[in-house]
Amino acid sequence: MQSINQTVPSFNKPLSTELSRQFAGKRLLRQEIQVESTVFTRLLAEQQFTATPSMVRQQWKLTCQRCGNQTPHLIGRMPCFRCQSTHAYCRKCIHMGRVSECEALYIWSGEIPGWTKHEDPCTWKGELTTQQQLAADRIVQAIDNQEKELLVYAVCGAGKTEMLFPGITAALQRGWRICIATPRADVVRELKPRLQTAYHDVSIEALYGGSPDRSGTAQLLLATTHQLLRFYRAFDVMIIDEIDAFPYHADASLPYATKHAITNQATTIYLTATPRPKDQSRLNRGKLPHVFVPVRYHGHPLPVPQLKLVWSLKKHIQHFTIPKELSDWLINRKQPNRQLLIFTPTIMLAERFYTPMAALLQNLGIIEHTEQLATVHAEDPNRTEKVQQFRNKKLLVLITTTILERGVTFPSVDVAILAAGHTVFDEAALVQIAGRAGRSGDDPTGEVIFFHDGKTDAMVQAIHSIKKMNHRAGLE
Amino acid sequence: MHCLWCHDSILVEVSWGNVFMPSRRSPLCSACTNKLQLLDGRRCVRCSRYSNQTVCGDCIWWKDIFQDEDPLAWNYSVYHYNDPMKEMISRWKYRGDYLLGEAFRWPFIDAFKQSFLKWDKAAILVPIPLSVVRHRERGFNQAEMLTAFLDRKSVALLQRKDGEKQSKKSRQDRIFAENPFRMKKTINKPVILVDDIYTTGATLRHAANVLKQQGCPKVCAFTLIRG
Ligand SMILES: [Zn+2]
Ligand SMILES: [Zn+2]
Repeated sequence: MQSINQTVPSFNKPLSTELSRQFAGKRLLRQEIQVESTVFTRLLAEQQFTATPSMVRQQWKLTCQRCGNQTPHLIGRMPCFRCQSTHAYCRKCIHMGRVSECEALYIWSGEIPGWTKHEDPCTWKGELTTQQQLAADRIVQAIDNQEKELLVYAVCGAGKTEMLFPGITAALQRGWRICIATPRADVVRELKPRLQTAYHDVSIEALYGGSPDRSGTAQLLLATTHQLLRFYRAFDVMIIDEIDAFPYHADASLPYATKHAITNQATTIYLTATPRPKDQSRLNRGKLPHVFVPVRYHGHPLPVPQLKLVWSLKKHIQHFTIPKELSDWLINRKQPNRQLLIFTPTIMLAERFYTPMAALLQNLGIIEHTEQLATVHAEDPNRTEKVQQFRNKKLLVLITTTILERGVTFPSVDVAILAAGHTVFDEAALVQIAGRAGRSGDDPTGEVIFFHDGKTDAMVQAIHSIKKMNHRAGLE
Repeated sequence: MHCLWCHDSILVEVSWGNVFMPSRRSPLCSACTNKLQLLDGRRCVRCSRYSNQTVCGDCIWWKDIFQDEDPLAWNYSVYHYNDPMKEMISRWKYRGDYLLGEAFRWPFIDAFKQSFLKWDKAAILVPIPLSVVRHRERGFNQAEMLTAFLDRKSVALLQRKDGEKQSKKSRQDRIFAENPFRMKKTINKPVILVDDIYTTGATLRHAANVLKQQGCPKVCAFTLIRG
């Protein structure tokens, strides 16, 4: 199909190859294609680029073709100077440049660049555990057979990145293009050096809002899910990390983008420790191929949360005082030298509890001075530094919102939730929070305690699913 | 209804203020409305900048430059250029989210009534134009959108030559650069220039200069923001 364009007379071979590297697998606005207008006109005439409608109307409903948005209040209308008419534009994905009804989205339809077939690309020297190997083999099988999708249901601390390596290797050996998408920029940033070490000679790019890598021309891409909006039929293997995490499960444009970013024969691998009910029910009905990794890489069971009823919890929250049950627990911890993560449901609570908590922790000798305690939340500009200081043990205790529920790993912590009955702590959040404890082989246990004033379904379900995983792993 | 900025749904409260005028309802939720800061209290009478003096340092500087022949009589602005406003302007103007401009409709109209109604009733509104290239890029001119909110005759009198982005130049460069405007036709009535932002005042003075040289008796400016 692409052979028609391989003998384009007006572009010499190197230039054409260069352009195909740059634009293949993308769906772009004209403003994102940085070539001069004479060159662009020629590329269009030669059908190296194909113009496709950017907004499509079906039964009165307009859909943005880049992000899939059809929510009426997120579709604006504007009197357009360019085309001298009034028409729609997409407000949802406008941060990536405006998609307007009068402008096309351009898809590269010229030469398809051949990606390198790496003979032996993996430079990772570690070894997988038996459980990891089983999952890794299943992933390789899915990729080899070009199965459509596979869910990897792996507990927090299973070592999922390493499990992916054999599959990534298999794809690279075939000269395929791979994307690892995750909802969080922090994770993309952290993953890049790990992958570059594991695949020393493979071109790898990390794309997120404001990232130094921008071109999106590598064979192996790490990207936040938003960045996928620019890709079209690009990836042979798509790995979506934390499929259950916000905003992926809440924002319909992101599944839309992943669906369009993959080729027709692609394999999509979903990773999760806490599948959402929708995936869970597909899985139970046998509609979603999956593999379980019920055990952590160090082979020890997941810590099961303890529930602690605090009758007067509402009063404590209103007056920002520490419940006696919490201070009792602090005094009686089995390993008082573990660091502490204390989760609160809101930013306001996290901040208001700082002072009473600092006083209590100092009284109990858990911290020596108040600089060893900090609060952290999503709107905190020093978030990254504080997490780093907690790693260095300059900070010993963090009061945090759900922002630290996943993605970050500390070797040796105890975990408490204040007001675990709040609606932000759904089953997935509670399992993830409990999963922060016992991550290291040197200290594979850890205490997890939920302070509440009435058991919620989420708490019961979270404990049930943690126990079920331990049972499945034969660790009960 | 959803907030134009944060997209949260707004519970429409019917009060005596809007029951007969449903269109007056703000398209922003109250949290987003409160992030924007209307200019109030003491301000410079010439340029609307927060100032304890009647005429601020900026304006004294302009007075010296023009040796008392400042082509721009005065400027009145509605909002302070705080961080939330910067973000909003960036999405409206540079990203091109046209609809977001609706957030400013009523505050803009109210401020106009307050400060210009008693001024010369014959005065005509003139939006600051974009160059054709920039106008094509953005698809709309924010100054024209603001002008259209107001119930007053407006004429697109000015034309702007293509050139580098104004925002990248320093104040000195902007002032002494060649005048980017030219007039399509002359006018003998007073003019109120309309633009989204008064930053250094250089752009508006270039426009005012051209107008006055071609016989316009008096020029002042009405801008959304004092930068
Ligand atoms: Zn869109
Ligand atoms: Zn148009």
